[in-house]
Amino acid sequence: MIVAEQKSLEEIKKLLAPYEKVLIVGCGTCVTVCFAGGEKEVSILASALRMATGLEGKPKQILEATVQRQCEYEYNEAVADKLKEVDVVLSLACGIGVQTMNEQFKQIATLPGLNTTFLGQPTEQGVWAERCQACGDCVLATTGGICPIARCSKSLLNGPCGGSQNGKCEINPEVTCAWNEIYDRMKALGRLQEMLEVTPSKDWRTSRDGGPRKIIREDLRLTK
Amino acid sequence: MKVGSNLEKVLTAGYFAATGELGPPKNADPEVVRRKADLLKGNVDAVNITDNQTAVVRMSSISVGIMLMNLGLEPTIQMTCRDRNRIAIQSDLLGAAAFGIKNLLCLSGDHQVFGNHPMSKNVFDLDSMGLLRMIKDLRDEKKFQCGEEIKGPAPAFFIGAAANPFADPFEFRPYRLAKKVAAGAEFIQTQIVFNVPKFREFMERCGDLGLLDKVHILAGVSPIRTAGAAKYMAAQVPGMDVPEEYVRRMEDAVKGIPKEDKAGRKAAWEAEGVNICVEVIQRVREIPGVKGVHIMAIEWEESVHEIVKRTGLYPRPQV
Repeated sequence: MIVAEQKSLEEIKKLLAPYEKVLIVGCGTCVTVCFAGGEKEVSILASALRMATGLEGKPKQILEATVQRQCEYEYNEAVADKLKEVDVVLSLACGIGVQTMNEQFKQIATLPGLNTTFLGQPTEQGVWAERCQACGDCVLATTGGICPIARCSKSLLNGPCGGSQNGKCEINPEVTCAWNEIYDRMKALGRLQEMLEVTPSKDWRTSRDGGPRKIIREDLRLTK
Repeated sequence: MKVGSNLEKVLTAGYFAATGELGPPKNADPEVVRRKADLLKGNVDAVNITDNQTAVVRMSSISVGIMLMNLGLEPTIQMTCRDRNRIAIQSDLLGAAAFGIKNLLCLSGDHQVFGNHPMSKNVFDLDSMGLLRMIKDLRDEKKFQCGEEIKGPAPAFFIGAAANPFADPFEFRPYRLAKKVAAGAEFIQTQIVFNVPKFREFMERCGDLGLLDKVHILAGVSPIRTAGAAKYMAAQVPGMDVPEEYVRRMEDAVKGIPKEDKAGRKAAWEAEGVNICVEVIQRVREIPGVKGVHIMAIEWEESVHEIVKRTGLYPRPQV
């Protein structure tokens, strides 16, 4: 899932400084699951902003809404009417939702209330960890199901490097060494032999390095 | 003989090699390089020049390599994967080769979080394995990494890699070294050795894998300068294994010397640090497969002459 975190109240206040009437729009999918931008978070932020701006003597008018999925036009239609009543939209969706709103409703600015952070997994209640870098050429079959691109700090294909100690990465004792995990898993799977082969360098063209990506499925398109 | 560098000739002739290290300055001053080069000249077969070590911006390895050549020393330039993609690496190496640089150590590189620019973009287009293979193919296949043929002189380096016998998983390290040899490594410089028994175990495992006659392994050694440095290395440096015995010896070295006698304490620590280094060299020399030592006297190049003299490694062989 996409994992994001709310920007600080300070930063949000700065972004909203030029405006008086704000519509906060949350999203019911990924950001709800990571407790950053769902209906509840919208409500809490709206209260916080009313209080903060009220205390400063310049109370803003804050409207609230949450759509099912902010990356799709059909769901965002639900807030179209409310836009007339405000000067700006603060989106609590991921960066994709923010961009969709800006594209769909060109007459008004939609500002980001979150920092979209990574593609990750909820490893336990309250904890999310990065798992995928969307490199476009998945190698999980060769590494026992543990991604070296996302989870190794150096994206090594032939790790571990010399900084692996006690299963931890050199950058931080809180960070697990992905290659140590891969080694343990391949050992458990009886596939350690495979780790003796030198994996060739990656072709990064399928990743963001090749330029912004697009997938077109002609078989699914309605218009040709 | 692949390239004919001094280091390659020394190793091929069967001499016990001694290489040194020079950390470039954090400014544009060539005098620092000259001063350090003077201290190392004649004491080692080749001098490594680090590449933005610990991700701290320093004068580049290749530029210092050129300076050393002009001063009559043989450089071993270092190249990490942290700061440059395959385009920049190949480009820099074409230039290095054009200047006559012959030894190259390939590394993954310390992550930028350690340095003074943690906010920079992380490159790692290749890893050290990919880097080794690319450099081998430049020389032996005369091809760029993309497969395109090189028309005209191709860069040819005596190819080195690093090994850390003390990192985890310990059992995998000799296999990873085997991979580096398969990828193209011709000489190895290890992380600093203090735990000699553990290093011996690593070398024995390398022997089991048939690596000892396939690659020249140089044991990394370093003179400790203070008790504080010993404690720091033991506790804070990733991949370093410093036995308690050495930390204690460094602490005991200043017993009886009053705290105010800074010069006295410094001299005592430095003497013991050199003693330990000399002992380690003598001990690793007895391990089968150890073809030399890589002396990392960081910011203490003055100590190298005494170290090579006391270990019988001075003068260096003329090949």
